[in-house]
Amino acid sequence: MPTVTFRVWRGDSEGGDYQDYPTEVSEGMVVLDAIHDIQAQQANDLAVRWNCKAGKCGSCSAEINGQPKLMCMTRISDLPIDEPITVEPMRAFPSLRDLVTDVSWNYEVKKKIKKFKPRDPDFEDGTWNIQQEDVDRVQEFRKCIECYLCQDVCHVLREHQKHDEFIGPRFLVYAASLEMHPLDVEDRLEDLKKANGIGYCNITKCCTKVCPEHITITDNAIIPLKERVVDRYYDPIKKLLRVITGG
Amino acid sequence: MADYRTHEYDVLVIGAGGAGLRAAIEASAQGVSVGIVCKSLLGKAHTVMAEGGIAAAMANVDERDGWRVHFSDTMRGGQYLNNSHMAQIHAKEAPERVRELEGWGALFDRTQEGRILQRNFGGHRYPRLAHVGDRTGLEMIRTLQDHGIHQGVQVHMECTVVRLLKEGDRVIGAFGYEREKGRFLLFKAKAVVLATGGIGRAYKITSNSWEYTGDGHTLAYDAGAELIDMEFVQFHPTGMVWPPSVRGILVTEGVRGEGGILYNSENKRFMFDDIPDLYKDQTADNEDEGWRYTQGDRDARRPPELLTRDHVARCIVREIKEGRGSEHGGVYLDIAWIKERLPNAEEHIKKKLPSMYHQFKELAGIEITKEPMEVGPTTHYVMGGIRVDAETQMSNVPGLFAAGECGAGLHGANRLGGNSLSDLLVFGKRAGEHAARFAKDAKASAVNEAEVENIAIECLAPLENSEEPNGEGPFQIQYELQDLMQDLVGIVRTKKEIEEALERIQELKKRSKTVSVPGNREYNGGWHTALDLHNLLTVSEAIARAALAREESRGAHFREDFPAKSDDEAKTNVVLNKESDGDMALVRQPVVELTSEMSEIIKEMK
Ligand SMILES: Cc1cc2nc3c(=O)[nH]c(=O)nc-3n(C[C@H](O)[C@H](O)[C@H](O)COP(=O)(O)OP(=O)(O)OC[C@H]3O[C@@H](n4cnc5c(N)ncnc54)[C@H](O)[C@@H]3O)c2cc1C
Ligand code: SF4
Ligand code: SF4
Ligand code: FES
Repeated sequence: MPTVTFRVWRGDSEGGDYQDYPTEVSEGMVVLDAIHDIQAQQANDLAVRWNCKAGKCGSCSAEINGQPKLMCMTRISDLPIDEPITVEPMRAFPSLRDLVTDVSWNYEVKKKIKKFKPRDPDFEDGTWNIQQEDVDRVQEFRKCIECYLCQDVCHVLREHQKHDEFIGPRFLVYAASLEMHPLDVEDRLEDLKKANGIGYCNITKCCTKVCPEHITITDNAIIPLKERVVDRYYDPIKKLLRVITGG
Repeated sequence: MADYRTHEYDVLVIGAGGAGLRAAIEASAQGVSVGIVCKSLLGKAHTVMAEGGIAAAMANVDERDGWRVHFSDTMRGGQYLNNSHMAQIHAKEAPERVRELEGWGALFDRTQEGRILQRNFGGHRYPRLAHVGDRTGLEMIRTLQDHGIHQGVQVHMECTVVRLLKEGDRVIGAFGYEREKGRFLLFKAKAVVLATGGIGRAYKITSNSWEYTGDGHTLAYDAGAELIDMEFVQFHPTGMVWPPSVRGILVTEGVRGEGGILYNSENKRFMFDDIPDLYKDQTADNEDEGWRYTQGDRDARRPPELLTRDHVARCIVREIKEGRGSEHGGVYLDIAWIKERLPNAEEHIKKKLPSMYHQFKELAGIEITKEPMEVGPTTHYVMGGIRVDAETQMSNVPGLFAAGECGAGLHGANRLGGNSLSDLLVFGKRAGEHAARFAKDAKASAVNEAEVENIAIECLAPLENSEEPNGEGPFQIQYELQDLMQDLVGIVRTKKEIEEALERIQELKKRSKTVSVPGNREYNGGWHTALDLHNLLTVSEAIARAALAREESRGAHFREDFPAKSDDEAKTNVVLNKESDGDMALVRQPVVELTSEMSEIIKEMK
């Protein structure tokens, strides 16, 4: 079995450094396995988040050789192993310890998005008539596992630190899943424009590239939402009508 | 003095999976203050991993379905050791709980008529599982989470409860720590709902995450609650076997529900060879009929691959033991073959089983639309748990409620697929409702400071021990326990092996007292593992003791030295509780009696 060096960031909010851990790797191993081996054998106190080990829970996000990825879905055989593999926490979020970051901001943002509000039921038993194609339309957005890798790469958050004005790609996907939900009747366009700062997104598509669920965040969620906002607020005729009708 | 922060709630819910969230939502709807604690981030609990679906007899696909059929399927699956009252409540209330989820925004796959689509699953007579592709758990937990955060429920993420606090008989709170800084927390509560999930980490090969260390089981047991049915651990027949690092990860039963077949190295569909009498009338006797069943032919009977999990798992073990296993020590599960029957099979598979497709492609480099998978049994679910009242979900300890996987009674000797997610909804709601009621009537209480002080000292011991030269690391003990449970108290058990396991568990218990971990209290995985050992060892002992006591083979419990069912054993459940000297006591209690209506239903559905 070959030995590979894992260069793991160790530290906390005050700062830290990389440490090298030579680790034996075997066929099929993923980066999370190596981290676990290191934790069990060389560094019992290494901090790492994980749950499902199958790309379903979105806990194990990190930057591997500088790329935002799920550790449990990154096979070591897909990385160059003759040089050290760096593993570090998501850099767009405050560091807590080692590979663990403070993602609580995301939970706060979600609370501010207006919740699901269904139309009246269609059937007597209080349920709705929904067609499969209506389900399929928003399916993509509902696959999100809240790994926040897209938030990690979005330059509006990572470089420009617009956390107070921009909700980030994850929550634009969330807003899209509600706005395009076949039953939802809530109106979130004003929030999207103002509080959620959808205008900050300049469609670089970096978020789409890193999404482990392959959600086409930019094309399918953000652009249609932007169009809706534009239709409402920048379409001169509609704008005029709103002034007249007060709507 | 130990330093801790105090939070006070009417109802404290421990666990934020489906059961905990549903309980919290309900309790809060009753107008009491609610706090919810979880070890991971919100939305990451096990429930998120559930794939196949939620069992509820809505009869959207087959109008012959109804609560009575669901009830009798659940009882048959549990080999009649179930708490029949729970099984009845569950079957009756599950449809309403699923519809309610839709009202909160969950989107399920649809029938032509625009209603919730239901799929076939092992042991369910009619298509019954509401689902969305193979990520039903994600849809469910996200819906509950997103609904819950607007309900005023206070969430404490990445906090672990290590002990329940009592005043006299009654539970009045809990003590724990938060992972980030390792600071202690004291929760005062008038009622506590445990919803901590299962115990899979007691075994080496498991579909369960690090969270499943039997915490709720142990918290309750230490507080004087009874554990029941602990000998029944479900080994899911299909976990991944290759590559080694993914061993145990679940392959949903949905693969077989969609027509997937099992065969051995001799290309034989071995499941046709051994169909239990209890299921003979309901099982196809030829391949064509089995296929037609999976495609919704109402006159066809189910293929033998969809027999109950305990049976399929044992058949797989037999094939492997007798030398007919696959290359890496499993058997083959093939869904690609359906291209012989369906024109657009590849697309169909990707649509119906997207996350399985993804999982095999990324983790094993296998295209399930083209090649067979290799699968073998994996520790998946524990039927046993905290004994509760069927109506209220309260344990024998006043103020202590339990719901979800850590509670017990509904599933008896074996759980049917899909019956867990519905269990979480039905009994999560009930637990929340009754905990809130209990809290409203509860008197004020006072926490015993000295007791809290002692717990804090115990918790810190592994860190203090780090100077000690003899102290072992916690992982070593955890691995040894997992190996021994896998080998000695696994799918096939004998008296000799279980006795050996019990001896070794006692020895590990001693060693666990002196484990040491380096580092400080901040997000220290080693320290957390050290604190979990007590729970893992307690549930392992409980499983072993109950397994030793049940001298028969029934459901998920298979004794090689008692391979048949016993009429005597059929009459009792094994119940465990902690004696005042700290030993584990075992008693037998008669199975909950059936009402005459229930007996009628069971007879009618035979
Ligand atoms: C891969 C997989 C697929 C499955 N598929 C299906 C399916 O298709 N259908 C079905 O019906 N069932 C399925 N199951 C089973 C089902 O998902 C689980 O039984 C169910 O989700 C358990 O829910 P729960 O609410 O009881 O616990 P969980 O969802 O596991 O939640 C437990 C919670 O308790 C918290 N907790 C635990 N200990 C402590 C502590 N000491 N202090 C504080 N918090 C604590 C955890 O952090 C977590 O939040 C599947 C299970 C797995 C593993
Ligand atoms: S496309 Fe928009 S949201 Fe996505 S990374 Fe670029 S700026 Fe951020
Ligand atoms: S949209 Fe994709 S990248 Fe972003 S949080 Fe969801 S799953 Fe992760
Ligand atoms: S551990 Fe769940 S996504 Fe990696």
